[in-house]
Amino acid sequence: MSHLFPNVQWETMWAATSETLYMTGVAVAVTFVLGLILGLLLFLTSKGNVWENKLANAVISAFVNIFRSIPFIILIILLIPFTKAIVGTILGANAALPALIIGAAPFYARMVEIALREIDKGVIEAAKAMGATTTTIIWKVLVPESLPALVSGITVTAIALVGYTAMAGVVGAGGLGNLAYLEGFQRNHNDVTLVATVLILVIVFIIQFIGDFVTSKIDKR
Amino acid sequence: MKPLITLEHVTKVYPTGRGNVTAVNDVSLHIREGEIFGIIGYSGAGKSSLIRLLNGLEKPTSGQVLVAGKDIGKISGKELRQARQEIGMIFQHFNLLWSRTVRENIAFPLEIAGVPKKERLKRADELIQLVGLQGRENAYPSQLSGGQKQRVGIARALANNPKVLLCDEATSALDPQTTDSILELLVDINKRLGLTIVLITHEMHVIRKICDRVAVMENGKVVEEGEVLHVFQRPQQMITKRFVQQITEPEETKETIAHLLDQYPTGKVVQFAFAGSVTERPLIAELIRNFDVKINILQGKISQTHQGSYGVLFVHIDGSHEEVAKAIDYVRQQQVVVEVMTHESLIS
Repeated sequence: MSHLFPNVQWETMWAATSETLYMTGVAVAVTFVLGLILGLLLFLTSKGNVWENKLANAVISAFVNIFRSIPFIILIILLIPFTKAIVGTILGANAALPALIIGAAPFYARMVEIALREIDKGVIEAAKAMGATTTTIIWKVLVPESLPALVSGITVTAIALVGYTAMAGVVGAGGLGNLAYLEGFQRNHNDVTLVATVLILVIVFIIQFIGDFVTSKIDKR
Repeated sequence: MKPLITLEHVTKVYPTGRGNVTAVNDVSLHIREGEIFGIIGYSGAGKSSLIRLLNGLEKPTSGQVLVAGKDIGKISGKELRQARQEIGMIFQHFNLLWSRTVRENIAFPLEIAGVPKKERLKRADELIQLVGLQGRENAYPSQLSGGQKQRVGIARALANNPKVLLCDEATSALDPQTTDSILELLVDINKRLGLTIVLITHEMHVIRKICDRVAVMENGKVVEEGEVLHVFQRPQQMITKRFVQQITEPEETKETIAHLLDQYPTGKVVQFAFAGSVTERPLIAELIRNFDVKINILQGKISQTHQGSYGVLFVHIDGSHEEVAKAIDYVRQQQVVVEVMTHESLIS
């Protein structure tokens, strides 16, 4: 092993891997919640739905579009003052979280909105005719009926987030991206870059596998 | 009997980009407790809007909608949600939740009503029995046929023991055989539970099979209303006649009659429309015996309605002018509606 990858320090590599997993995990969890809320708001305030409101819809939509359009590497830089204010530092895994979440949640929100639009309007009408409250409609109709799409959406988002963590690593957030850049690229240790890349691929494949598995289990259509 | 549902001068206007569209135009209806009331019309006649006014899915622009003593057009929030639990509804495309099993779908309205889980499951199983879906409790909607899905829809609509069942084109997506079995189920429920049923449809077949009374809608207005048998025998409006013809006349009848009118320049081709017990009398024999006429039977059909049988007979009567006129008069006195066919009357 040490012959094949002379420059790889496995302990550092595992530490970087767990940092990447930590950043991805926390970011996915928060993105799921925030994106779901934003997506629901986008859907519910749109035309013909229970909270139809042109102004609110336009405001949320603009917010989502702006943060979805900013290239991630620029978003990190723009958010430095914000990160400093809430995390206290701009280095380390935690410092990457605000940018990761703000970059990914709007992206996921659009996917949630699309998933909700796919629900048959008749089913929502039927729930209303039964005397359901809006809260009941959200939790017992909208979310369960769009769940496969919500899960496959968060899978795509999680994979994008793995890529984002690598980018965040370049500007000091830690993780495999950081290691590949500092140890691999700057010190010209190609074996480190290779191993970091393979580990990232493995993480992506595992996420995709879990996502596909869960989606097929819950889809009863 | 006092009406369970009352509509007084109800109008529903939808504002659109290009001016207003009046979907329901000054409709007044009284629907009695325990009856099956049908509303028939072509698509765009306003019947979908009308049925949605009955459970507050649509609000009237003006007029009053009373269902079981509640002013559906005025109430909102909790009061409206509670009123809706007393009004079941089934749909053309069933609108089941695909993520739930049959049992869970049926239990859904009970969840909304806050019934405890144990009771929900017990009630769901009773309803599964009622609609004949034993053994399919744990199936998902995607595993069911159209007829079975509608049975789930019906069970779900009955879960909270409603006073009224609204049927929105409930059989329009089903094949004829399945349609009949669903209609039979509806009649059965109506009899067993004394449930008032309001249905909308574009098929006269549905009205004939199960309705007690019918309203015909055209351009947002109710143009004709009455007992089904009466409307079948004496349709007043052109549109009603067309709907009745869906049942009584096969497609080729018009052509056949036009051909006969050409073939028999003397005498008259007439249509007799009977209802109830008259259908069982030997009318033709009486005519031949009592009048000096020749009668040639061209076509006939007897249909069963929910209230009794209804028949249509096309005959050619030949003889002297006076005898033919006397014979037709005689038939008219027997509570049979007579229409002398001409080329003009065929155009309609």
